[in-house]
Order: sequence, then C-alpha cells, then structure tokens
Amino acid sequence: MRLVGRDIGCTRGGREVLAGVSFSVVAGEALAVTGRNGAGKTTLLRLIAGLLELAAGQLELTGGAADATLAEQVHYLGHRDGLKSALSVRENLEFWYAFLGGRDASAASGGPGGGILQTALEHVGLAALAALPAAYLSAGQRRRLAIARLLAAPRPVWLLDEPTAALDAASQKRLTELMRNHLAGGGIIVAATHGPLGLDRAAELRLGAA
Amino acid sequence: MALIDLANPTRFLVLAERVLPWLMAATLFAFAIGLTQSALAPDDYQQGATVKIMFLHVPSAWLGMFCWGLMSVAALGTLVWRHPLADVAAKAAAPIGAAFTFLCLFTGAMWGRPMWGTYWVWDARLTSELILLIMYFGVIALWRTVENPSDAARVVAIVTLVGAIDLPIIKFSVDWWNTLHQPESVFRMGGPTIDKSLLVPLFAMVIAFTLLFVTLHIAAMRNEILRRRVRGMLMLQARGQEA
Amino acid sequence: MMALRAILLRDMRLAVRVGGGALIGVLFFLVVVTLIPLAVGPNLVLLKRIGPAILWLGALLASLLALDRLFAADHEDGSLDLILMGSAPLELTVAAKGLAHWITTGLPLVVAVPVLGLLLDLDPLAIGAVALTLLVGTPAITFIGLIGAAIAVVLRRGGLLLPVLVLPLTVPVLIFGVSAAEAVIVGPASFATPFTILCALTLASLVIGPAAAAATLRHGLD
Repeated sequence: MRLVGRDIGCTRGGREVLAGVSFSVVAGEALAVTGRNGAGKTTLLRLIAGLLELAAGQLELTGGAADATLAEQVHYLGHRDGLKSALSVRENLEFWYAFLGGRDASAASGGPGGGILQTALEHVGLAALAALPAAYLSAGQRRRLAIARLLAAPRPVWLLDEPTAALDAASQKRLTELMRNHLAGGGIIVAATHGPLGLDRAAELRLGAA
Repeated sequence: MALIDLANPTRFLVLAERVLPWLMAATLFAFAIGLTQSALAPDDYQQGATVKIMFLHVPSAWLGMFCWGLMSVAALGTLVWRHPLADVAAKAAAPIGAAFTFLCLFTGAMWGRPMWGTYWVWDARLTSELILLIMYFGVIALWRTVENPSDAARVVAIVTLVGAIDLPIIKFSVDWWNTLHQPESVFRMGGPTIDKSLLVPLFAMVIAFTLLFVTLHIAAMRNEILRRRVRGMLMLQARGQEA
Repeated sequence: MMALRAILLRDMRLAVRVGGGALIGVLFFLVVVTLIPLAVGPNLVLLKRIGPAILWLGALLASLLALDRLFAADHEDGSLDLILMGSAPLELTVAAKGLAHWITTGLPLVVAVPVLGLLLDLDPLAIGAVALTLLVGTPAITFIGLIGAAIAVVLRRGGLLLPVLVLPLTVPVLIFGVSAAEAVIVGPASFATPFTILCALTLASLVIGPAAAAATLRHGLD
C-alpha cells in the first residue's frame, strides 16, 4: 500500500497555499510534515482527507480497498476533537465506531463493539471514565478520547494535525506507542508537527519557502 | 438552630430531613380538612356544584404567583446578598410554580366550559396568567441551557426580576380591563364579597396548598443540593484519572 | 445501515439532553399562538376562523428556528469533518439527521396541536384536520430546511439568513397544508386535492432536501 501525492496545488480564499507538493509514503512508514505556521500543513492533511478540493495534481492510495474512496480509508485527527459534551465517554466512542467503522459490531465480544471499544479506551487510559459525561473531561482527556476513535474504527491511513499538542509527557509517550503499533501493522501516518514525532524513522516533508 | 444555619447546604440538608416528614403529615392533614370543608360547602345558587372548582382554581392561582414572588426574592438573594442557597431555591421553585399555574389554567378551563361555554378566552387575566406560565417554562429551559447551574444563576435572576412585572398585571387585570373573568372578590378594598360559607373552605384549601408548596419546595431544594454534590463528585473522579 | 442508525440515535439523544430539550420548539409554538390573538384581538369567532392558519404558521416558524444548529453544532466541535469522511453516503447521513430533527422537534409540535387548538376555540374536527396536515407537512418543512441549515454553516452566517432563505421554499407546503385543513372544516372544497399535493411535496422534499444539503456541504466547506 502506498499513499502518493503528485504536484499538489491548493487555493484557499484566492490565495495559493500549496503548489507543486509531491510525496510518497509506503505501508509501515510515517511522514512528518513540517513548516512554519501558515505554510499549508493543515491544508495538505485536509486535502488528503477529502475535506478540501485539489486545484492541481493527484492524490492516490494504491493497494487500498478497491470500493472505498480515499476519504473513507483515512482517519483525521484535527485541532478539534469531534466530541459531544452531553454524551458519555463510551457513547461518544460507540458513535464513531458505528459511524466510521461500518462493520457489523456483534462480531466483537461483549455485544456491539464491546471488545474493541474497551480495548481502545484502555489504550488511552480512559477506561475508568467510560460512563462519565464528556463535559467533565479536561482538554488532555478529550484529546485522548479523540485518539481512541482512531483505535476503535481501524483505517489504514492516519492524518494527525499536531497530535502532541494538549498532551502531557505521559500521554505523548502513549501516543508514540500507538503510532508505532499502527505502523507495525502496515499502516501509514502523515503528521503535521512542529517538533519530533518520537518515531524511529520518519521521512520529512518541508512546506513553505525554504 | 439559628436562621443563618439555613445558608449552609449541609445544615440545610440535615434540617430538611428532620422537617420534611412533619410537613408531609401537616399537608395531608390540611388537605383532609380542606377537601372535607369543600365537599360540605353549599352549592352556589347560580353555578351549582361547579363552583367548587374554585377551591382548586383560586389557591393554585395564588400559589403560582406567590412562587414567582419567591423566585424574585431568591433572585435578589443571588444578585444582591450573594446567599449561597438562593439559586438553589430559585431553581427548585420554578417547576413547582409552573405546575400550580398550569393547574390554575386547567381548572379554569374546566370551570369555564360548562359555565361560559368556552375553555378559553383571550381576556386580560387569562392571557397574563398564560404569559406567566410561558415565563415559567422559559426560566426552566434557561436553567437547563447551561451545564453548570451556578453559572446560569445570575442570568436567571435578572430574567426573574424583569418577569415579576407580570404579577401586578395579573392581579389588577380584572380591574383595568373588561374581562370575562370575574372581578376581585377576596383581596379588595372593602373586604371580600364572597359569602363566609364559601370563604372558610377557600382559606382552608389555601393553607393546604401552601403547605404542599412548602413541602415540595424543600424536597426539591434538597434534591438540587444532592444533584450538585453528585456533579462535584463526578468532576473529582475525572480529575483523579489525569495520569 | 449501522452508521445511519448511529447518527439517528445520537442526534435524538442530543436533542433531548442539550439546552432546553426538544420541547423548546413546542414552547415557541405556544408563544406564537399566544402573540397572534394579542395582536389580532380576542374575537373568538375570528380566531376560530383563522385558527388553522395560526397553527400552521406557528408550527412552521417553530420548526425552522430550531434548524440552524443542525450542522453548526457539528461544525464547531469538528464532528462535521468526520461525518464527511464516513462510509455512508452523505445524502443518507443528512437525511438521518433530518429525520432525527423531525422526530424530536416536528412531531412534538403535532402533539401540541390539540391543546393549542383549544386556545383558539377550534372544534375537534378542525383540530384533527390541522394535526393531520401538520403531521404530513412538518417533515417537508424540516427537509427543505436542511438546505438552509447547510448553507448557513457553509457561509458561517446564522441569524435570520436561514429563515429568509428557507421560508419562501416552504410557501407551497404552507398553502396546501392550510387549504387542506380548511377544506375539512369549511367545505365544500375538496380535501383530497390539496392533501395529495401536500403529500407529494413532502415526498419530493425527502429527496431534494438531503441531496441539495449534501452537495452544499461537500463543495462549500473549507
């Protein structure tokens, strides 16, 4: 599986944000997208996620599922968490599992999504708070719940926009571990970041004027 | 136990637990007397037995308005005196006041249908009472809009005080406008115009309704304090899982 | 589909738990029905005559005003991005959200009609006619409103823009709804004609609304 971008260009609000950007990431690899603020890191991620339209160039995921679009095979972890305060931690996760996974849940043990969701919550350290309304979570805990979403509904490509922001040292270590597992399982990661990702090998794509 | 102890939520809970059983007993007793008196009261020469709806209708009207008055005092307590239990009192009172106001409108409609051929007219008194009901619902919705009740308290207090203007309008509407509703017959200059045989059961029911209100209100305040405690504990639980 | 069922249930849960609850729409309906007699005058004969129209107007406004948060709330917390990346077709997802909105906002309005009809001195036949036409018509209002809700979130403008855009589109629904109700009360005009047209409008809106809203979201969001 390979995620390829050729000569990508994007215009937003009349301004050309990206031009002539190319990259290639194979399964098991991570790509760190760097650059100053406004260089277009978030724009590139949103392009891959299908949330923005390409003005020029091509994006392609070869070796992925034949009947799914690129957007359906990608997880996007942006600046906002996608959580509803009025729902509990578990209810939030159950929703995204059902909505993004699309697979019949009863295969997992313990009822609909029981096994997968419990594991996901444990991986981010929120299992004890499953019944708590999301309104009571701190910013770091909300971020961790958002990360749990990536674990609950498996998709091959992870797009992470400054994933370590709002996380303390322990949670950052946990996230790096999860990223390593994802890569080891043949996944692809594209992460916009200011600092190092903590992964052993990560190619770098520098955006903006050199 | 000094009155100041009521300002402390924990002491309030203790007091409430002690007082509630007595209040409930007193309420039941008062209703027993009031309902018996109402049943024994003579039929009106014009309206027959239907007039006895008055024994439900009038007390609920008074308590619906009294409750908003209580909420207004609580509003001052929140805004001016910063009393710790003021917003609890206000929040607990709103649904009870709404219920009494609705009961007033409902019994009025039931009374109006056989008497005057219609469930409803848009005259000044009924309309201002309906507006009071709408304001109650609005305040209840306002309490629910903000997740933390303490944050909503000041906004609700202001709305409550502004809404209190409706109370004198309701009271004097029957004098200021030509209405289908009958004019003031109890609290007026020159004394009541209702015959004593109906006045006594009426006041008995008023006492019973008032005791009911006090009982319900104290129970509701207790529940609200407990609810906030649960919320506090949930927040502590969330903090405890930071690592 | 599991995804559609999930978003339907989620939206219904949120409607009940958040803010004033689903009944704030009914409260607004009550306010409108109260305001009109205060403006028009307490003449019960007149109110009885225009009662069906008052009820239809109140339901229309109450239905629409709750719609502007439909996509905006998801947009604010980032859920809308993720919804666009879901495995279910966006048109069906939007339709599921519309259905959730109708069940939690539109349907309670229909249930409130008997009580409000009494305030306007309508007799049981009139109340039944208005309730039936609203039952068929409120889905149309909701689904047409989806278009405005999508535009409002794409343009990041709320306020009165949504009603201004959507109300003209709902005019046919209003006209045929009221005339169907009137036909039952006043006669001898046919009930079947406006009623079947109302049904057709609703069915059409069930398709056009989500399709237009999905297209707006897809191409308009940045």
